[in-house]
Amino acid sequence: MTEETAPAAAAPLQPGMRAPDFTLPATPDQRLSLAEMRGHPVILAFYPADWSPVCGDEVGLLNAVLPEFHRFGAQLVGISTDGVWCHAAFAADRKLHFPLLADFEPKGEVARRYGVYRAKEGVADRALFVIDAEGVIRWSFVSPLGINPGADGILEALEQLSPKTHAEGAAA
Amino acid sequence: MTHGIPPIAADDHVAGPADAPVTLVEYGDYQCPYCGEAYPVLKAVQQEMGSRLRFVFRNFPLVDMHVHARRAAQFAEAAADAGVFWQAHDMLFENQDALDDRSLATYGDRLGLDRAALVSAFAGRYDDKIERDFVGGVRGGVNGTPSLFINGQRYEGPRDAETLVAVLRDVAAGRVPQPVL
Repeated sequence: MTEETAPAAAAPLQPGMRAPDFTLPATPDQRLSLAEMRGHPVILAFYPADWSPVCGDEVGLLNAVLPEFHRFGAQLVGISTDGVWCHAAFAADRKLHFPLLADFEPKGEVARRYGVYRAKEGVADRALFVIDAEGVIRWSFVSPLGINPGADGILEALEQLSPKTHAEGAAA
Repeated sequence: MTHGIPPIAADDHVAGPADAPVTLVEYGDYQCPYCGEAYPVLKAVQQEMGSRLRFVFRNFPLVDMHVHARRAAQFAEAAADAGVFWQAHDMLFENQDALDDRSLATYGDRLGLDRAALVSAFAGRYDDKIERDFVGGVRGGVNGTPSLFINGQRYEGPRDAETLVAVLRDVAAGRVPQPVL
């Protein structure tokens, strides 16, 4: 917990707002756009940096909770300003089962659009967005940089999104 | 925004009296080095608190981070079925650097566990319970291991024995309505 700082001043997008579409590299030769994931709830997990201690713990936890997200039919993507090769090495090292998107060029553009870019540090905030199947933001949360926000807020948001579909195993 | 962790249930692993004034729940992973560090500390805390403390261990294996975490948890659950959970729990934490299958089989022999019981545990016999522990923890705000809860409240203070005992004593004596978070 060495990087404890208040969230950036820019206002993160709020529930009820349409989630801005984006297309970002997921691997050196593949790109993923938000529009492609329409039809399922999507969890966007912005985080400051691959390899940093708290980020490692956070993505490790999200990775472990992934089966629970899938029970809601939800897809999880991580987003940071790291490049694709860095993401590839980090994902392999941590055995991640969800894509990490590179908000690398123009740097932090997507984080900026979601109001969670920290221009001073040049990284994304530690921010979570739950987007419904129609592409509307239903929940968002910005955590202090040094604090791993856990996954309880995400699960609660997903539960409120689709109380009926829970446990029906609509895995992505 | 949290639900709180599930209440203590019949299939929980509990050390200490049910009517102890303070309950400490640990969400842990047998291969997690920080849980390994916490192990002797929590032992000392239990010793110091005696019958004033009820200690509960719940599974929170981070299986992609720790290759042996799942089997270690399965092993401990098999041991629980044989009535030797805490012996297994201690053995696992005292041998954190050797949790491969062969080592687990050796520990099983040492605890007098039936080989067939271990095979069935590794085949998933207790996975529902392990999963329930895990999900209950996530819903209660566990974001890593070890996570400690004192009378249901997340404890995020220092994890040295002296501080923990002081906090637990205060809670037990009703000196603080809620533990220091």
